[in-house]
Amino acid sequence: MDITLIWYLVPSLVMFCCGVYGFLTRRNMIAMLISLELMLNAVDINFVVFNRFLFPSSMEGWMFTLFGIAIAAAETALAIAIIINLFRVSKNIDVRDTTKMKN
Amino acid sequence: MDYSQFLALKQEIGLLIVFLLVFLYDTFAGKKSAKGVPVAACLGMLALTVYGFFESGAQATSAFAGMYVGSPVVAAIKNILNVGVLIVLVQSLKWANSEFTAVRRGEFYELILLTLLGMYLMISSRHFLMFIIGLETASLPLCALVAFDKHRYESHEAAIKYVLTAVFSSAILLMGLSFVYALSGTLYYSGIAAMIGSQMGVMLAVALAFVMAGFGFKLSLVPFHLWTADVYQGAPTSVTSYLSVISKGSAAFAFLVVLTQVFGSVYEAAWEWMLYTLIILTITVGNLFAIRQVNMKRFLAFSSISQAGYIMLAIVGHNAMGVSALMFYTLVYIFSNLAAFGVIGAIENATGKVNMTDYNGLYKTNPRLAVTMMLAMFSLAGIPPFAGFFSKFFVFTATLNGTDSVALYVLVLVALINTIISLYYYLLVVKAMFINESEEPIATFRSACSERLGMWVCVAGIIGLGIVSYFYDYLLTVAA
Repeated sequence: MDITLIWYLVPSLVMFCCGVYGFLTRRNMIAMLISLELMLNAVDINFVVFNRFLFPSSMEGWMFTLFGIAIAAAETALAIAIIINLFRVSKNIDVRDTTKMKN
Repeated sequence: MDYSQFLALKQEIGLLIVFLLVFLYDTFAGKKSAKGVPVAACLGMLALTVYGFFESGAQATSAFAGMYVGSPVVAAIKNILNVGVLIVLVQSLKWANSEFTAVRRGEFYELILLTLLGMYLMISSRHFLMFIIGLETASLPLCALVAFDKHRYESHEAAIKYVLTAVFSSAILLMGLSFVYALSGTLYYSGIAAMIGSQMGVMLAVALAFVMAGFGFKLSLVPFHLWTADVYQGAPTSVTSYLSVISKGSAAFAFLVVLTQVFGSVYEAAWEWMLYTLIILTITVGNLFAIRQVNMKRFLAFSSISQAGYIMLAIVGHNAMGVSALMFYTLVYIFSNLAAFGVIGAIENATGKVNMTDYNGLYKTNPRLAVTMMLAMFSLAGIPPFAGFFSKFFVFTATLNGTDSVALYVLVLVALINTIISLYYYLLVVKAMFINESEEPIATFRSACSERLGMWVCVAGIIGLGIVSYFYDYLLTVAA
């Protein structure tokens, strides 16, 4: 059996949709962050697979993925730092309770 | 590789030098001399702004195989951003030297300069890898800046909302870009435009929707605006003013470049109606929600949402007039909004009050602040002869230039009606300051020298840009 483009794209799409679903439904900030990581990784898979199957002569997609991983890491580090700060102030990282500013 | 092409990045190198000088000064200065860091940052920024004006006549350049371009238009929008950042830095001087922030004041200036570098790259890039790097360099330090007030809970709440939506929107934007890559096999703007031609497919429509949603979050267009009010309210006022003008202006320009240069050929087939819907929703919803706001920062957040809709209107025309109208609108918006934030920041620093009812009777106690605020509100609402009227006028002209499409006329009509609605809530502030009586008005106080300087510059901009036509003419010749 040949592993073709679609075998990679479907898992990546499922990952992306899981990420969006998780981001919108989970109420714990760490879980939301994990969902965001799923989305970013789905994008990385997409880039690599498109490059490998559709445009094997160039390397643009691979390079983009490398930068994408680095950016995702930076984003996570920052988000975790902010979550830790929030936890220090309020002892709680549930998004249902971070609604002080709604009026 | 030819390393001399780094020299094409003149403004970026200048900004990096300013950043490094501020960073070194902040790191090695003793306890006493560290007080000079904010002033040093302002002076550095001033030098960069002046340098930028001399650089603006430069011919079109490109570096890194066309990933980076410099042209008079790009230089002009960078100069506009420079002016805005300079005013923000000057206005923040007092806050930066206040008791709670003094320990970390260097970080504030370093992070601001870094985000500006990201915006430069975002504006100059003609390749999506460069663009994403610029975008993230611009948005990540901003998340840290929103969380700057360590002692205030609201600051953290705003930061977590901002960072989660920023990453979410980046992920959506990247997903759209991966589809675009699959369609064209390249990430150069020009390459993509050549590959997709005028063919319209389902995949391209999906990709465009993702890209527009990603940009919509960054620009806080309705329906992607839900983070805006909370972030604006929770962030320190200096950061809010930066977020509302500089960040929005650069993202709007980058959006214009991407839409016209990459997807320009499928305008009528794909994104014309998406853009119309976004604009009408943004202007209307932003206005309607602004009416019922009590907190001044929240109020300006919704006002800035509707202003973003007007900025988007300049993209619809997608001609040279549209580009110059967008730049002029950004410039005027910088002056008007920063004047309003200058007053809010001065009052907040002196008394800690941020609600509209606190402003009752302000004219009796602090007439100068009240007049500055009034000018800002008039300019934001678009009352002639102040600059805001002309910026709106040029945007509408650019949209309707040489067209007889009914849809465009309806679009401009909706925008005009919304201008009248916006007049109502902008004048609410003026009424509070001039007419309403108050038992205990804000006591008369003298704002800091730096705050006054910032407000004077803004007032000069609001009046000067409205009366002197040179600036718009210049932007028009640059864009043509």
